[in-house]
Amino acid sequence: MTDTASATEAPKKTTLTVTIDGTPIEANPGELLIAAAERTGTYIPRFCWHPRMSEVGMCRMCLVEVSGPRGMSLQPACMQPVADGMVVDTKSSTVKKAQDGVLEFLLVNHPLDCPVCDKGGECPLQDQTLTFGPGESRFVEEKRHNEKPIAISDLVLLDRERCILCDRCTRFSKEVAGDPLIHFINRGNQTEVNTFPDDPFASYFSGNVVQICPVGALTASPYRFAARPWDLDQVESTCTSCAVGCRVVVQSSGDEITRLQGVDSDPVNWGWLCDKGRFDFESVSSSSRLSAPVVRAARGAADEKVSWSVANNRIASALRSYDPSQIGFIGGARLTNEDQYAYVRLAKQVLRTDNVDAQLGDGLAADAWLGFPRATIDDLGSAGAIVLLGPDLKEELPVLFLRLRDAATAKRVPVVEFATGPTGSTPYATASVRYRPGEVAVAAKAVVAAAGGNPAERQIGGAESDVINAAGAVLAKAMAAGRKIVVVLGRGSMAEQSASFVEAALSLRDASSGTVVLSAMRRANLHGALDMGMAPGLLPGRVTQAEGAAWYAAHWGTTPTSVGLDTMGMLAAAAAGAIKVLVLLGADPLADCPDHALAEAALAKVDFLVAIDTLPNASNAHADVILPAAGFAEKSGTTTNLEGRVTALSSKVSAAGTARPDWMIASELALILGVDFGYELVGDITADIAAVVPTHAGVTPDALGRSANADGIVVPVVAVVPESMPDAPADGAEASDEPVVPQVALPRPIRVRSTEGVVPVPDSYSLRLITSRVLYDLGSIVQASPSLAKLARPATVRLHSGEIERHAMHPGDLVRVVSQHGELTLPMEADDQLPRGVAFIAWNTAASGANMLINDAELAADGTTKVRLESGRNA
Amino acid sequence: MPAPTKMISTRWDQADGHTLDGYLRTGGYEALRKALAMAPEAVVDEVKAANLAGRGGAGFPCGTKWGFLPKDVFPRYLVVNGDESEPGTYKDRILLERDPHQLIEGVLIASWAIKAEQAFIYIRGEMPHAHERMAAALNEAYAAGYIGKNICGTDWSIDVVLHWGAGAYIVGEETALIESLEGNRGMPRLKPPFFPASKGLYMQPTVVNNVETLANLPWIITNGAAAFTSFGNEKNTGTRLFAVSGHVKNPGVFEVEFGTTTFRELFYDFCGGIRDDRRVKAFIPGGGSAPWFFEEDLDTPLDAGVVGGKGSMLGSGAIVVMDETTDMVKAAWRIVKFFAKESCGKCSPCREGTNWMEKIYRRILDGEGRPEDVNLLLDVADNISPGLTWPPRQTTICPLGPSAAAGALVSSIRRFPAEYEHYIVHGRPVDGLSTGVYRPSLTSAS
Repeated sequence: MTDTASATEAPKKTTLTVTIDGTPIEANPGELLIAAAERTGTYIPRFCWHPRMSEVGMCRMCLVEVSGPRGMSLQPACMQPVADGMVVDTKSSTVKKAQDGVLEFLLVNHPLDCPVCDKGGECPLQDQTLTFGPGESRFVEEKRHNEKPIAISDLVLLDRERCILCDRCTRFSKEVAGDPLIHFINRGNQTEVNTFPDDPFASYFSGNVVQICPVGALTASPYRFAARPWDLDQVESTCTSCAVGCRVVVQSSGDEITRLQGVDSDPVNWGWLCDKGRFDFESVSSSSRLSAPVVRAARGAADEKVSWSVANNRIASALRSYDPSQIGFIGGARLTNEDQYAYVRLAKQVLRTDNVDAQLGDGLAADAWLGFPRATIDDLGSAGAIVLLGPDLKEELPVLFLRLRDAATAKRVPVVEFATGPTGSTPYATASVRYRPGEVAVAAKAVVAAAGGNPAERQIGGAESDVINAAGAVLAKAMAAGRKIVVVLGRGSMAEQSASFVEAALSLRDASSGTVVLSAMRRANLHGALDMGMAPGLLPGRVTQAEGAAWYAAHWGTTPTSVGLDTMGMLAAAAAGAIKVLVLLGADPLADCPDHALAEAALAKVDFLVAIDTLPNASNAHADVILPAAGFAEKSGTTTNLEGRVTALSSKVSAAGTARPDWMIASELALILGVDFGYELVGDITADIAAVVPTHAGVTPDALGRSANADGIVVPVVAVVPESMPDAPADGAEASDEPVVPQVALPRPIRVRSTEGVVPVPDSYSLRLITSRVLYDLGSIVQASPSLAKLARPATVRLHSGEIERHAMHPGDLVRVVSQHGELTLPMEADDQLPRGVAFIAWNTAASGANMLINDAELAADGTTKVRLESGRNA
Repeated sequence: MPAPTKMISTRWDQADGHTLDGYLRTGGYEALRKALAMAPEAVVDEVKAANLAGRGGAGFPCGTKWGFLPKDVFPRYLVVNGDESEPGTYKDRILLERDPHQLIEGVLIASWAIKAEQAFIYIRGEMPHAHERMAAALNEAYAAGYIGKNICGTDWSIDVVLHWGAGAYIVGEETALIESLEGNRGMPRLKPPFFPASKGLYMQPTVVNNVETLANLPWIITNGAAAFTSFGNEKNTGTRLFAVSGHVKNPGVFEVEFGTTTFRELFYDFCGGIRDDRRVKAFIPGGGSAPWFFEEDLDTPLDAGVVGGKGSMLGSGAIVVMDETTDMVKAAWRIVKFFAKESCGKCSPCREGTNWMEKIYRRILDGEGRPEDVNLLLDVADNISPGLTWPPRQTTICPLGPSAAAGALVSSIRRFPAEYEHYIVHGRPVDGLSTGVYRPSLTSAS
């Protein structure tokens, strides 16, 4: 009904005076009484009000006496904006009676099954009844009865008897998630929350309704009957399922994680989590966890469990026996900043190899990416326009999608989307530019031209001219108003050349000096990895090898002298016999690299393959040595989200078996190889990064612990807070007089070649392949989380029904999808939202995935991957 | 006996009164032409001068309500509240069924006055005949050019949308009606901030007027405000329709001069007296929500201010008469049950409280009452409507629950405590009272 943001928007300077229970307080114009009271120390009880959703005034629990033209009257504090001179009584006998009355009413039909209710012990209804309610109910009749819990989705159960009809879950689904699948049905005393028949609450955000339910009506299957709240122990941490970096509390019981709850971090997740982030903690206690070092006498030989020293020495001797150029490190984008820094020192300082890449050929070139001016998530809400240039945010960065949705709906920021087919963001886009796979840069340039007064007159890059011109008009308006344009940039499809997306973003950047870029690259700490120098040619602090050589020589002694290979380069070199040792840092190139055949050849060819990981996967099955790493909630440190926001990670449970944090593994290997990093605790590394890495100056454990930095610190830090000023914002605008770091020039973005003019060769491979990620896939973490594993949909190839007809086939038929490099047999699914001429296969959803079809060399040459369909099951 | 005064019920006995032909033959749409020749502001002034009070229940002056619209905010809408569902009320239904064009003409005059270009007529779900007649009349009016583009030679265009409700009492509350019209569940919005005049239908300025209110406009424009105010008294101008039901010999809808006629005259002169010439035990002066009046109140005039001053209301003009054989406990139960069934479920006190009160009543009527139940009823009621005063204070958004609490329940308990006590002690009504048709235990509200 009202602007969601009204309760949370930054207040204006002028304040009002409101008297609450005899004490005058300063309140902000437009602030709701319930929020102003809470901010100044008076808690007004409530059930339906939630600061992140519109107010409805339904439960009536927040009734307080408010002065008005006709004297004091009972008003709901959640719907009462403050007014100057307002007098409020929250404790009068009238208020007390009203609160008693409302609680008694709510309990009339609420079962008193607290002893067996999951909410018991942390239940707002229970707590407020104790604090504000009557001692006994006078209700002697039969209570309302409903079937005990009904599943409203695969993860969420609803016990309608316990529901107090506060409208929080239904409001969330409609206002926040945009999945209006749960509703009130029936009327009056028979009102209940329910789904439409055969239309379950299948939302990626369903777990949030469980968290915001003020009673035990909604429960999530992973936590149901798992623990009692008073037995839970908790720490605050950051979710590492993707790069949004949602703040969470991790709760455990008996050294096992039982639940994650979202924490309201204003610049990031507003308290929300996606279901993958909320429930994939199940993988931490998975029985398939790697729990002891393993060596294998030969490829395919049986696992031999060994001690850490045996395994480490074996790795060290292998590393010692090769030239630095013959060693490569792949992966590490899910590790902590400290782990990454330690690995970078191991590789670049100790081993002096620059063959280090946190990405798996499925992202964007690091040096190109780091050159863009960066945006924060909050910029979405204040931008003049948002351009989506990358993957489907709802599938890859779900909570970023929520923030995008809020910007587009509540804040009315126009959105231009570049996509090859429909995405979760399409309903919120002013213009959805549907380019032909491989031609995103062509389409982007056409939009920029239209914004500059040269409208398209025909289809360009597969996109319709009216859509291009509509998108251009959105950008032109933002530019004319001098507003920011936020480009959300990532890899839209692994079957397209990554350079096309960078090229498209560069054309937008060149069009307006107000363009800032928000990353849509998904792996949890990829941005930390790039900041720590986990890419060829880079050193920690977003500096190039050349620019940082002197600085790091001073700190480390040695650095690589030539630029190394990225992952695809390393795999090609390994397959050709030039790289002999590969170290996989939580990486699965067989599943994730967009060239399965190349990865397979590389892993088979190397002399020595080391895998350091938490779970078994297809690639580490080939390893000569496997080291078990401590995973989420088993180690502390810091992580960096897609904005560059550094937040703290906390450990809560013991690591599986003898698994160790990666920084410890790296330090141990370095020590054996003769370099003592001197790290005893993870905080030593955090402090070292703060002291050495230019972008991270001042991001010390102490600074991160200050309450003013509860939402983390965005790097690069422009000003450093002196130690004498605790609790001052470290990422604020207060300039420091003392420059503590040398001025290091940031690397320039690298211009990539244009894809304009690349016309698809008319050959028998007539379909262009699109492949991008979905939230629930065959990734090892999802598959090790039973609640989520069942949500992964079987792989299909999605095609326009015209394409299916053209091949004289039918939806559901098995078809062979053939490229020049491989083939897959998959059932066909009709999707008329897709244009003709393309085939969509979700990434990593089949044991033999879409990367079987992709060839890195062809991708570099042609920009796209082309496939054809052949009928029949092994015809 | 006062002579019947007919201003808006003139065509009720005319066989073709509901058709365009019948309406035009009796001067129809002349007022519209006259209004269109006036400036909209002049029409507003005329209605203000007529001091036309809203006929939907609250009695707010129509012209003043129009004046609340913020200047220069467009589009703005007129919404006709035809969701007539207050127990005992059926006057609007007759207006819709027997003289739909009179309402349409009123809608057009009002829309012209407030500069709206779209009007909505919301008709209660349980009134199919009214819906049918109104649909036919709108088609005729469109065909004849009274509605549509550039009507009657002006450059003003207006569309009138007919919406048929799904059957919910609460939708008679104006903000719930707006929600329902928008396609949502019919649940009231909180005022403030959602005053229809500023944030109404589709969050645009909106006037919600009752059917009878608008039906008066053609007469006022034709005859002038001075002629209108010559009927009734100073604060109650014109006439009003009263729907009388219950234990009278001749129930029906009567148009009487507002403010001057008394209840006694209405019951005995218009309705032919009480059935079997019994005595009046109690009567509801203004719909199921209203606190009751008793025999000593019969000489009270049908004057909104006077009835209000005596702790009740004229409301929507629904009068229900109960003779001396009526079981007051059961009568109160029936009204409470109505509200329990019609609660929309939004506010906890109403949703749970009305249902709880109904269950307590059922227990008393079933002979399971306890001595503390009467005080329990009063305290539950007090938690929905603190103080149990009239007009009711409320712990809820709208007055539905508070009406259930502070109306019939309180009236019957205060006036007839002995009837409650008899049920509680003996498990049955006082001897001689009608047992009625319904067995409460068989007609659960839930």
